[in-house]
Order: sequence, then structure tokens, then C-alpha cells
Amino acid sequence: MRIWLLLKILLHPLRYAQERIDAWVLARVRRQPGPVPVPRHRVYILPTRFGYAFAVLLLGMLLGSMNYSNNMAFALTFLLGSLWLLAMHHTHGNLVNIEIRPGPVAPVFTGDVAHFEIHVRNPAARARYSVSAGWPRSEPAATTDLPPENFAPLQLPLPAVRRGWLPSSVFAVSTEFPLGMFHAWTWLDLEMACLVYPKPAAPGRLPPAARGSTGGVTGERPGLDEFAGLRNYQRGDTPRAIHWKSFPKLQVPMVKQFQESLDRELWLDWSELPELDAEARLSQLTRWVLDAETAGMSYGIRLPGAQIAPGRGEVHQRACLRALALHE
Amino acid sequence: MSRTTARDYLTQGSLLRLLAVLGLVIAPHLFRFPPWLVAAVILIGLWRAAAAVRLWPLPPQWLKIGLVVVAFLGVNFSYGRLNGQQGGTALLIIMLILKLLEMRSRRDVLVVVALCYFTMMTHFLFSQEIWTVLYLLACAISVTALLIESNHAGGLPPKISMWLGGTLVLQALPLMLALFFLFPRVPGPLWGLPADAGAARSGISDVMSPGDISRLIQSDEVAFRVRFEGEPPPMNLRYWRGPVYWYFDGRVWRAPFRGDDYFSPANRNRLLNAYLPASAELSGTPVRYEITLEPHRQNWLFALDLPSPDALPADSQLTGYYQLVSRELVKEIKRYQVVSYPQFRLEKDMAEQWRRSGTRLPEGRNPRALALAHSWRAEGLDDAQLVNRALRYFREEPFVYTLEPPALGDDMVDDFLFGSRRGFCEHYASSFAVLMRAAGIPTRVIAGYQGGERNDVGDYYVVRQSDAHAWTEVWIAGAGWRRVDPTAAVAPSRIESGLSSAISASELPDYLRRGEGSGLWYWRLRASVAWDYMNVAWDRWVIAFNPESQMELLRNIGLHDWEGMVLTLTLLITVFMTLVGLLVLRQMRTRQPSDPALRVWRRAERRLAAAGHRQRPDEGPRDYVKRVLEQRPGIAPALNALLDAYLAARYLAPAPPASERLALALRALKGVT
Repeated sequence: MRIWLLLKILLHPLRYAQERIDAWVLARVRRQPGPVPVPRHRVYILPTRFGYAFAVLLLGMLLGSMNYSNNMAFALTFLLGSLWLLAMHHTHGNLVNIEIRPGPVAPVFTGDVAHFEIHVRNPAARARYSVSAGWPRSEPAATTDLPPENFAPLQLPLPAVRRGWLPSSVFAVSTEFPLGMFHAWTWLDLEMACLVYPKPAAPGRLPPAARGSTGGVTGERPGLDEFAGLRNYQRGDTPRAIHWKSFPKLQVPMVKQFQESLDRELWLDWSELPELDAEARLSQLTRWVLDAETAGMSYGIRLPGAQIAPGRGEVHQRACLRALALHE
Repeated sequence: MSRTTARDYLTQGSLLRLLAVLGLVIAPHLFRFPPWLVAAVILIGLWRAAAAVRLWPLPPQWLKIGLVVVAFLGVNFSYGRLNGQQGGTALLIIMLILKLLEMRSRRDVLVVVALCYFTMMTHFLFSQEIWTVLYLLACAISVTALLIESNHAGGLPPKISMWLGGTLVLQALPLMLALFFLFPRVPGPLWGLPADAGAARSGISDVMSPGDISRLIQSDEVAFRVRFEGEPPPMNLRYWRGPVYWYFDGRVWRAPFRGDDYFSPANRNRLLNAYLPASAELSGTPVRYEITLEPHRQNWLFALDLPSPDALPADSQLTGYYQLVSRELVKEIKRYQVVSYPQFRLEKDMAEQWRRSGTRLPEGRNPRALALAHSWRAEGLDDAQLVNRALRYFREEPFVYTLEPPALGDDMVDDFLFGSRRGFCEHYASSFAVLMRAAGIPTRVIAGYQGGERNDVGDYYVVRQSDAHAWTEVWIAGAGWRRVDPTAAVAPSRIESGLSSAISASELPDYLRRGEGSGLWYWRLRASVAWDYMNVAWDRWVIAFNPESQMELLRNIGLHDWEGMVLTLTLLITVFMTLVGLLVLRQMRTRQPSDPALRVWRRAERRLAAAGHRQRPDEGPRDYVKRVLEQRPGIAPALNALLDAYLAARYLAPAPPASERLALALRALKGVT
């Protein structure tokens, strides 16, 4: 182990130094809710590989100019050297004084990729180009331009391997624009977390026979719901739901209303899956929640220590999935 | 908005732009390459453009390797080698073009961009004229724009990348100037120059055969420029001494040695022992002047007859022939100061062996000329009278001074003296020298320039290749070497007022045939004089800038050593970089809203944000104030007053009373928070 470390220090002293410095800095990045401004002293800058190569090229050109005593070659070499120096300021300027705030993070299922969205704001009167975000020690995940006094979203992908809350970690917002000779970056840790639902089990297993309060039995896909009457049109109702027949008589659009019958109520119960372990049960319940919602059924879940009364719709589904995700 | 992929993908548009920039960078080189290379470069460039448009596949590996091998062989065949200035550049360009055949990604573009910058430099090995500055700027901006574009994930409009590139290059210029004049210069070369280094030029050579000088006359290239301290000598005394020819084979005159022989340790002693620099008695008013010599790839320097050995330029020396030679071949513009004396007595005594050597002629050639010289000798003339007799011969016989002499046979001097009698200065100098040597008078031929044209914008004289001239020196016992110019006997106006007055207008090269008198001609003359002056300034400050002129410049601005120079340079760079840094920060700072009411509101918001109440982007002023007051009811009066004043000033009446009220409200808020 020691030998490898020694070899690394000898062979890549710069890289080693940078890793140590990064580790030191990363451990000290404060986690905060945002928005986080990026002032001058929070922007770090180092030459890129191309920047170093360009410097070596410049050295060669300088030696060539001296050898030939060629003054135009000197002029070109000095011009490029000045560009190299100026690139540092411009790359730094491309990042300095931006503001980063957390964006929405959509929940995902275990095994999928969580996308942490951040909003990068450019409060200056000048556009910025090619501003990227990425995790430490990896290529930038997303890049965007920032028009003057405007903001743009960037998404940081992170694989979700376990259900529950997946907190974001320290990430870098960086840029190499305009000349790619310098890499300027800043470390940030925003209070963001992604809710990771359990991985849905493979489809196939049917939910247990649902026992409604009336004792009716449904196992197969339910048929059409019962017609429950008309109500006033509200914005957002689909044209298909409108009761066109009554429109000429009433002069206001009415919407057909359907109602679940109580005997189609489905209880998805933790205790009905005794042969599975806890995670597999959660997976199976997740699958059933998804299927029941797709089928338009009314469903509720029973977990040890938690119960969600039957219902349907996106909000209800999310509540169920959330309960499954956060089950202890 | 966000582009997560395609970071490395090269779009068709950027590829075509890259090809255009590449064309701009290598265009000046194409005029120097052999035709096959030009054709290959253009064809491969066009093919790559078509492949980008038509989506053709790139060639397979074996074909690329084959092309590289062919390129190496071709360059080696055309230039005889792969390194050196010409061959090396050709190889660089062809490799750069072949790189196009495997260019797919951003990484390849970076390689090409770096090579483009390097290729720009190779161009300056061939030419450093004024226009190359424009070339430098145009190429630097467009290559930099290309680099900027390749650092963007795609979709950056060329207008923006050009604008950014131009801004960067313009900002770099002041820094470049500081580095140019103050960066410590080391005298080159560091590892030796290839034999073909520098720009190709015509000029006087170390051999002279008939027709050489009249060919040179056709060129209006500048040979050198002279600035006199004080009164310049009159035209007919301005003989600029160049190589001295001693050996004659019946047709060609040769210098006794190559000038650099004098500086090689082995030859130096031999030559110096054999023929020490002659003693000269100089008299009259000294003429002090400074010559700016264009590179001619020879190692002699030109000086007025006769340079003083006490005030020679650095790294130079006088040979036994009183020729001024420099240690190095003159491959760059060279500036040097000389002091000359118009009156001189050179080498009053000469060793017998040298007198014999100075009268040697090839056996059996030019019998009639020899007979003529012997007949003059038989008349009992002494050396000085014999010189005059020969000059009278040239004056009295129907000799014609012409730029278009007929071809001459093997006995060139006989053919000229008794046949055609039409010739240019080298014919007269050569024939006169043969007559003198035949009569037993040591004689040598000297090539150089005669005259020079005054530039009144810059108050200096320009000597062009068209002022090239050849004359002779004869050795008279007791008097030493004396300059005799047989051309003056035939065409005195050549010496008095220049070539164009001595030759019929139809023979003159175009640039000398000036439609005198017309107004257009006058302005063209003025323009050419001004242009020459610009070139002089350019040569002096840019091309001829070297370690010595750098030290001179430093002394003029009050710095005396390298430490001071490096310190000044560091200071300048630091100050300039700080200024640019501040400028960039200023450009990138938060833009203040133009509405004064909004500005006041932002200040209040900053104050509250410092206490932990930041206005959310989805929050209007009323909601925000309500939320703040829930947590800090204590500041309600001040904050509500501010809110009312702000809303009034921003949405109701942008009149002064409202804004004054707002300012007061802010002050009140500051009092309570």
C-alpha cells in the first residue's frame, strides 16, 4: 500500500496534490439549502491537460524564435502566451458570480437514475457559455449556456440503488470556456434529496382477492364504472367527458361523473405476503399499486404501523409509494 | 437548453469552418511549394469538405498509412531532405492536411488548432514584411475563434466565436508588446540554423560573369538603406564597396576567398599571413553613417570607399582587399555604423608576389586586347598615362552603355572591345581590368552599389539592387590602389545622376521608367517614398530588434540592466493582468436594474437576506413582506412603509416625491434592522 502511494506521489505529483487538496476542500463544503452565490474566492482554477500541452508548445516556439532570431515569430509566441494568461481571467469570469439553487427532483424507482436538477442563474449583463455540472472526479454530466440575466437548469444523474431518501452529495459547477486551457470550478452541496421508491416486482402475481366492506369479490379487471350523474364543467375536463347530449338544452356544458362502487375497493396488505422477506414484499406492493392505478381501481395499503385508506389518482398513488419507500 | 451528449461530436458546420481557417493559415505557403504538393493539399482539403457535406466515410487505415509514406517520399524527393526550413515546413503542412482524414472529434480539433498556431510561425521564417502583421492578426483571431467553438458543446454561432476571439486577441496585444520589447532576448542561434534558413533574395555574388549585374538591375528590391550623420557625400563619390574580385579565367571574375574563410580558425592564419590588411592613409572629412542591410545570405558588408579600420562594426573585419566582412552570414536585417574617408592612399607598397598575382591573365585568351595593351606600353607611357589612354579609348571609340548587350564568345573581352562594343558596367570593368593587367598594372574588379536615392520623408538614402555597379581599382606604384570607373568614361551621367539618365527609356525596367511630369507620377512617387519610410521604421523597430537594440532601448528609457528590465516587465504584466481581471469581474457582476425604485428594493432585500429572509423567486413583494413580518413583527411599521413607498414608486408614479419617500423608507428600515 505504502509503495503504491509513494509511486503515485512520484509519478503524478500534481494529480496527487490535487486529489489531496480536493479531498480537503470537499470535506469542508457546507451543505446549504440554496440559493448559493459563487463569489470570487469560491472559484478554483487550474490549467487543463490542453493548457499544459499548449504551454509546452509555447516554450518550443520561444526556443525556435530565439534560434532563428525571428521577431515575427517572437511576436506570435508572445501573443499566444498573452492569450494563455488572459484565458485564465476569462474562464474564471465565466463562472464567477453565478448563483445556484436547487430545482425539482422527481422521485424514481430503485434501479433507475435519479436526476438532481439545479438552476444556474447568470445575474450579469453578459452571456456565459458552456457551464457544466458534474460529480467530483468524473466528467461533467450536463452543460448549458446562460443568457444574460437568465437561468438554465442542469441535471445531475445519480443511480438510485436503495429505496428511501437519496441525498445529493457535493458536486462541481465548472467551465473551461473560452479556450479550454483552464478548468474553473466551484464545489457546492445543496440540500437536495430524491425519494426512491422500491423497485416494482416483475408483473404477473395478482393481488389477493379484494375484500370490500360489502364483501363483494373482484379479482379480474373491473368493467366500466357506474354512471353517477352530471356536474358542471370545470377547466381541465377532457372533451370526451362532456355530456354533449344535454348541451343544447342547458346551454352550459355538463360533465359525466363516474363513481367507484365500494365493492371494487382493493386493500394491498403487507401481511398477505408472508412467504417473502421485507424488501420483496415492498416490491410486490409497489407493483400492485402501479397496476391498480393503471387499472383505475380504488386501492389502499396496509403496512405494519401504517395504513392508507383506499383512493385513487396521482396524489394518492404518490402517497402510497412514499409510504412504501419510507417503510422502516 | 441543457446538452448532455454530443460533447465530442464534430458538426458539419464547425468542420467546414475549420477547413476555411486551415486554408487561410497555409495559403501563403502554397506559393512556395512544388506543384504536386499544392495539388495534394488542395485536393485533400476539398475531399474532406465534400466528405463532410455528403457524409462519405473516412479512408481506411492502410490508405492513410500509405498516404503518409507517399508524403514523406515526395517531400524527400522534392527537397532532398526531410528537415531544414523548406522541407520541414512542407512536411508539417502535408501532415496537417493528412490529419484531416482522421478527424472526427473535438480532441482532433484541438490538435489541429495547436498545429495551426505552429504553422503560422513557420510562415515568418520566409517573410517578415509589414503585411505579415495583418496575416498574424487575421490568423490568430480565426484560429482562436475555432478553438472557442471547439470548446463549446455545439451551436455557438460563428459570429459570437469570432467576436470572442477578436476580443481576446485585442486584449492580448498590449501584453504582447510589453513582452516583445522587454522579454530578455538571447542572441541566437541556439542550436544552429538549417542551411536554407531565411528568405531567398537576389544580390551581388562572389563571382561575376557578364550579364550578372545587368540582370540584377531588373530588380527594385532594396539592398540597404543609409542614414548619414551630417552632410552626405555627392552622388559621384557614393561608391559602396562590396566583394573584390581577383582571379579571372577569361570570362568569370572570382573573389579570392569566401568571406567566411576569414573567420574559420584554420584559414584565418593562412589568409592573414598571406595578405595582411593593407595599410591605408585616410584623409579628408570623415563620413559617418549607419547602414541597415537587408539579408543577402552573404557575409560581406557594404561600406563607402574607404572604411576606416578604427571604427568597424562589431563582429566584422577588413580583409587584405579592404573588403568589410562579417563573422556570420547576413540572414536577418543587420544594422551597423561605419566611418569612411573619401580620400585615401591604400597600400602604397605591395609585395612582388602580389604584384605578379594582380597582373595574371589566363593563357592564350583575348589576344587582341593583350596586343592593344602592349602597343600602348610600347608607346612609352607610364602606368598613370596608360590608365588615361585606356579611358580615352573607351570615350573615343563608339561604345554604347546598354542593359541589353549581345551575347559574347569565348574571348569575351576581344569580342566586346573590337566587336559589339555594347555592354553594361561589368563589361567595361572586366575589359578595362584585362587591358590594365595585360599592360602589367595590378588591377582588381570591385562589385557593389553606386549612388542611392534620397527618401526625404525619413531623411535617409535607399540603395536598391538597381544601383548595382562594378568598377576597378588599379595599383600605381607610390600612389597605391586608385579607383577607376570605366563606365564613367562611357556614360558619365550614370555616375552623376543614376541609371535612368544613362540608358534609353525603352530599355529601362518598368519601375525605373517613370512617366515624369504627370501628376499621377508625382503622387505615386510620394506614395512609394512614404511606403519605403514605413518599411524602414518596421525594419528598425521590429525586424532588426535584437539583444543590442533591446539594451539601447532600455538605456533610453532609463533602465540599465536585465534586472531592471525583468522587474519592469513583471510589473507591467501584473498591472495589465489586474486591469483585465477587474474588467472581466465588472462585466460579470450582477446587473443593477435600471429602475431606481427596484434598486432601492434590492438593497432592502439584501439587508433582510443577511438576516436570513431571502425573497424567493416565486414571491412577490407583498407575500415576501408578509412572510418576513410573521417572523419579525417588530419591524412592521418600517417594512410596511417601505413596501408602500416601493409599490407607489414602481407601479404608480415614478415622480420624484415617490422616490424620495422610498429613500426615506429605506433609511428608516436600516434604523430598525
